[in-house]
Amino acid sequence: MDPAPLADAGVLDAGSGALPARGARPSHLRALIPFLALLALAVVLPLTDNDYYALIATRAAIYWVLISGLNLIVGFAGQLAIGYVALFALGAYTASVLAAGTVLPPAPVVLALAGGTAMGAASGVIVGLPALRLRTFYFAMTTLGFATIVTQVALGWQSVTGGGVGVAGPSLPAPFDTAWGLYYLCLGIAVLCTWMTANIARSRFGRALVATREAEVAAEAAGISKPALLVSVFLFAGAVAGLAGGLFASLQTYITPDAFTFDLSLLFFIAVLIGGRGSILGPLLGTIILTMLPEVAAPLAAWSTFVYAILVLVIVLAIPGGIAALLDFRSRRPLPRDRAILPHLGALGELLNADRAPVALALRGVALGFGGVRAIDGLDLDVSSGQVHGLIGPNGSGKTTTLNVISGYYAPQEGTLTAGAATLPSRMPSSRARHGIARTFQTPRIIGEATVLQNVMVGGTTIGQASFAEALLSLPRQLRDERRIEATARLALDAVGLGALADVRADRLQHSELRFVEIARALMLRPAFLLLDEPAAGLSPDEIKRLGALIRAISRRGVGVLLVEHHADLIFEICDEVTVLNLGRVLAHGTPAEIRAHKEVVSAYLGA
Amino acid sequence: MLASIVASGLAMGAVYALIGITYNTMFATSRVMSFTAGMLGMLGGVLGSLFMLRWGLPILVSLPLTLLACALVGVVTEFVAVRPVLKSLDQHLYVLSTLAVALMIQQVTAIEWSTEPRPFPSLLPMGSGMWDEKYWLPVIACAVTVAGLEYLYRRTLVGRAFLAVAEDNFAAKALGLPERNLRVASYAMAGAIGALAGFSGGQLLLAFFANGPLLNFYGFIPVALGGLGNNRGAVIGGLALGLFQQAANFTFGGIFASVAVFVLFIAVLLAAPQGLFGTATARRV
Repeated sequence: MDPAPLADAGVLDAGSGALPARGARPSHLRALIPFLALLALAVVLPLTDNDYYALIATRAAIYWVLISGLNLIVGFAGQLAIGYVALFALGAYTASVLAAGTVLPPAPVVLALAGGTAMGAASGVIVGLPALRLRTFYFAMTTLGFATIVTQVALGWQSVTGGGVGVAGPSLPAPFDTAWGLYYLCLGIAVLCTWMTANIARSRFGRALVATREAEVAAEAAGISKPALLVSVFLFAGAVAGLAGGLFASLQTYITPDAFTFDLSLLFFIAVLIGGRGSILGPLLGTIILTMLPEVAAPLAAWSTFVYAILVLVIVLAIPGGIAALLDFRSRRPLPRDRAILPHLGALGELLNADRAPVALALRGVALGFGGVRAIDGLDLDVSSGQVHGLIGPNGSGKTTTLNVISGYYAPQEGTLTAGAATLPSRMPSSRARHGIARTFQTPRIIGEATVLQNVMVGGTTIGQASFAEALLSLPRQLRDERRIEATARLALDAVGLGALADVRADRLQHSELRFVEIARALMLRPAFLLLDEPAAGLSPDEIKRLGALIRAISRRGVGVLLVEHHADLIFEICDEVTVLNLGRVLAHGTPAEIRAHKEVVSAYLGA
Repeated sequence: MLASIVASGLAMGAVYALIGITYNTMFATSRVMSFTAGMLGMLGGVLGSLFMLRWGLPILVSLPLTLLACALVGVVTEFVAVRPVLKSLDQHLYVLSTLAVALMIQQVTAIEWSTEPRPFPSLLPMGSGMWDEKYWLPVIACAVTVAGLEYLYRRTLVGRAFLAVAEDNFAAKALGLPERNLRVASYAMAGAIGALAGFSGGQLLLAFFANGPLLNFYGFIPVALGGLGNNRGAVIGGLALGLFQQAANFTFGGIFASVAVFVLFIAVLLAAPQGLFGTATARRV
């Protein structure tokens, strides 16, 4: 996800103020210019009065209706849906068959198109089911298998689909029964789809989709449930694919299985790929170019699959960013060199609410083994509100495993895990955000291609209340959500001292800065408990000091902090209690002063 | 009728199992699922028909020639589509790069060979009815391949080196094993296995360019059922799939058989994401 394409979707806010400005901003408008220019061209196209142009332009609009939805799946969520022609064909056949009345009594055109849309949405979810749980290749394979089967059924089920002879498409009533009438209808729907997908792209759903692609583990820790998210997107993408199919059947007036070859699926997929991931303008341009390509280069028609295949190979191997990356000039501007992370602890007061009831996170007799190794072996641990609890021990003593059990990535084989009165379920990392448990990771899990601000906003996904449908239509509650999440994110960034870098691509930051970005993202949950996994690793002594003050200040706002760290100085300076692990067991527990004097700890870990 | 269901089911199942083993052989050394698996099967049939019917070569020349040509395709795949994307395996770019190579193979075949199914010659004038060679040849080819692979993996030094790379790439490299050469070798081997699938099943599938995507999908199902990288699982899964498909074919007819297979595939994947004989995934955090 590059800032330039995000800007084109209106995702990126270049405003430099700490609070979001209201209304349209200059950058917002600038991002709209290419879209408006394309729309203006499209609107005046009928002046050419060339029916051949009408056909090609209508086709491009219809393809874009499908691709706009597919873009959310491929470009944002990174799921490789390569057989989307199947949904297109299903929509086309459903609409045609309903309108022709070969199965049910003939339905009005609008109902027939709605039927195709519903069919597309339902199939979109069914084909997508494996993507919810399995690796990417499985999803690629199911969509491909589905495409094969839909063609076979269309050919074989002659009583309904007409087999190889085909079936008449639904004919639209006036004023859509002329070439240009149908064109304006399809153009209108295409504009609507562009607007809706742009709305999703700049909502918490769009950010969450990218987060599941680039940093799935961090997304789960932020409370993002990938299955729920993907089902919404599959429904939407399937619906627009079905609708596009119905419109295509009207355009063709007569459809046969030959109209839905795998070539078409490739066109859809490659349009997104050429356009670039996480962009909307890119795939739109890709769609227009690919629709026109066979018309301009007629001799290539027989070799079109081969040309598409070479395009795929070239994009994958040479320009994985697509058109969008080529147009991203913003990220080539140098950043200031002598920048420092200066946490602004005052902002924490606004961010974290100090007067909430104290709760305790408690582990009792937790044990977990991998094969023959007992990684943790009967561990008792308490983290209380307002306290910093240090967890130290030699490598392999079970510190990170403990964090992973608390945040739900591992299921303990024995023992219990409670936060306040609630028992935390095993193996459900995305449930932890609801219990106010936030965390950072040993290696920062960041979306490199998104801005720092967007990365932090991912942490606030669960703050939002608007549903996917509200986000699609940009309804008031969605706008309120966005303002709130952005304001909170800017506050969190100020608190950790990165306010000035909010609009920079995250992969341009230094390692130490990414650690603070992760803390800001975790603070978005306004957590009751904050788990930090070696936050000081790779930081300079000055930065460690500021980090210590920040952690201390966070805990004084009523947050229970569990700190895994190797820097003994930091631990003894800021912790209220310390637990020392060795070989999965508690070696010692007490105040920093007690631990420092503990003989076994000194000999096993700290050294004399 | 039962007999012919069993005969054709086992034959098709053996072809699917061989394609599944083709996937597995490539996966073992590279962690890449390659879309070229089905294309290799398709090429086995097309090249066999080309060498024997069009050029009139004897089977003893045609078979090695077909296997060799497909082994070469396997090696080219490794160089063009696998090696460049291995560095960023987690981005799944191999799905796209191998798909691209697969489509090129398919398109060239469609244009240079034919878009119509062409006949595949009878190899050995033996058997008739349900004992026709077209039913038992794939089964024998599958049995020979599995036995050969078992022997290679368990009894030979090279085979053990393959297993070492499959088990832990980095450790194998650290031990000084020629990981890159072994990978290329495994792609060549996969090419030959895929070709054997198409060659032995030639009379069932014919020499038809569109067999590629079909074999890609139906050959992947045994892998999904049996667990990635598990050859025995692939054989059991493949034979089960063949029998199920042929039974559905005879009872409901062709189209609904494919729908039934697809539905079953999704259902099994959701119920047992790691496959019926697979193992759980590695750590993520």
